Amino acid sequence: MNSKPLRVLVVDRNHVRAAIIEEGLRHVDGVDVIIVDDLSLLMRRVVDADPDVIILDLENPDRDMLEHAFQVTRAIRRPVAMFVDTTDTALTEAAIDAGVSAYIVDGLRKERVKPILDMAVSRFNAVDRLKRELESAKSELAERKTIDRAKGILMRSKGLDENQAYQLLRKTAMNQNRRIAQVAESLVLSFSILNDEDPK
Amino acid sequence: MKANDGRVISAGFVPLVDSAMLVVAREMEFAAQEGLDLRLVREASWANIRDKFAVGHFDVAHMLAPLPIAINLGLGPVNTDVVVPMELGLGSNAVAISLDLARTLSDIGAIDANDPASAANSLAQAARLRARARTGRQRLVFAVVHQFSSHFYEMAYWMAAAGLAPYRDIDIVVLPPPLMPDALASGQIDGFCAGEPWGTLAVGRGAGLILTRKANIWRSGPEKVLGVRRDWAEREPDCLAALIRALYRAAIWCDEPANRPLLASLLAQPHYVGLSVELLTQVLQRRIGNSSDPVLRDDGFVFSSGAVTFPWVSHALWFYSQMVRWGQTAASGDAMMVARRTYHPDIYRTALSPLGVPMPAANAKLEGALRTQTPVGTPTGRLVLEPDGFFDGLIFDPDNVADYINRFAVHTRISSTVR
Repeated sequence: MNSKPLRVLVVDRNHVRAAIIEEGLRHVDGVDVIIVDDLSLLMRRVVDADPDVIILDLENPDRDMLEHAFQVTRAIRRPVAMFVDTTDTALTEAAIDAGVSAYIVDGLRKERVKPILDMAVSRFNAVDRLKRELESAKSELAERKTIDRAKGILMRSKGLDENQAYQLLRKTAMNQNRRIAQVAESLVLSFSILNDEDPK
Repeated sequence: MKANDGRVISAGFVPLVDSAMLVVAREMEFAAQEGLDLRLVREASWANIRDKFAVGHFDVAHMLAPLPIAINLGLGPVNTDVVVPMELGLGSNAVAISLDLARTLSDIGAIDANDPASAANSLAQAARLRARARTGRQRLVFAVVHQFSSHFYEMAYWMAAAGLAPYRDIDIVVLPPPLMPDALASGQIDGFCAGEPWGTLAVGRGAGLILTRKANIWRSGPEKVLGVRRDWAEREPDCLAALIRALYRAAIWCDEPANRPLLASLLAQPHYVGLSVELLTQVLQRRIGNSSDPVLRDDGFVFSSGAVTFPWVSHALWFYSQMVRWGQTAASGDAMMVARRTYHPDIYRTALSPLGVPMPAANAKLEGALRTQTPVGTPTGRLVLEPDGFFDGLIFDPDNVADYINRFAVHTRISSTVR
């Protein structure tokens, strides 16, 4: 190692994501990571940490405040938005798509920062993917419950067994070019209206 | 999402009341009638708008009126060329101060909110008192929404009339407007300038009072504009013209008093502004401010009347004059030309001529010359321009920008004399 470690400040109210990014950055050589998840007195924390790189998510409404403070305050070295160096358009776009913004102390060599940003971008994407998977698991569970209710209705009102009830739902879905869950939902809804029940 | 086969336009916006024209153009289908599929993307900061605009995620965006000029002058971190073919109505900014500062001011003399000159003088005295104070902060801190915002330039113009230069004599911080009432209550800041409802909310929470309003400083300065990527504007002139027509119809719709309750409920949706319908209704019905200042002049939100959507070149040049005055950019003929060619009345005229919209004959005007509502001759009919005066009676002549800049004794210019 020929130079002192870079201090990377990660600002994120999402504790889980902050932890995942921190874990990733620990594997990048020559990096010290500091996490800020409490945004009150954010500027004070930035001044105290004296970071070389600041990473924050695009949902953070404090970006305008930080950018202004970086320009006018003398208490910190002046970080600049990573977009100053637009030579690496691909990285800039990847960062924006992932929802990351970064500020880098002026004069820092680009090759030292790139692995940090690459890691941050890939971890942001990983968290996003996890979130989507969780959401789809949740909705799958809800769909399965609805299909079970629809099967129960068919079994009671038409005297079918479970397999027959499922086959009927499946056939209807195929004929109507809809998903089984959608057919099940319509059935549960119609049944509850006819019987004055709350469909939930 | 509505089914729509129109040309897709991607537009970024910040959740503020003056995003109304964009929201209405989509929701009331003015955009769809023009064959457009206007997709609105909500953003948490102006920095996001700027960055996503620069990488091409947005074709157009809701922008602070001076921001496109700052971007084109290279004052921000990105290199993009932005054109402004339309302004997005008049806002309703207020300068609010903490109760603590209000007490100091009332010790100095009665506060008359309709006399911005005396309010500024009292503020300057308070700043001098504070500088000599043995306890607490020695400098007043005022918050604005962004360094390149009309809020900043208006507030600075007003304070400077009493000798206060922003940054030199008073600290300026940037805060998201929803945080301003709390920051005022906690003593983090002594005052702020923001669009409504934030001033009213600060008063309602007992955190402060309104010292003056935008309408008392510069009557007709624009708040937000439509920023358009220059390359997109050149590639898709028909699409842009269609968008301007849709926004123009949306503006007329927004100004119809009967539509204001529906406008409030459209904006209240969480994916738009996300404030309560009650609060938005109050703001849009102009029932704003507290009862103790009923005479405080306030024009409320104006979206279409008086040609307020017309992108006056004189507006762009006034912002440029203040950027030079406060040392944000050096004065030069080139820089002035950049500011001048940021605002594009020609695109506005071409887009709206099929609608027979009455339009001013000129692209620039003397700012501050109209004391009252003034009918002007236009090629297509009669148009009444709203008063546009500055509180100190000065007139800005867009053909004589250097002299205008030089006459200000209070400034933090980069060079002492502008030629």
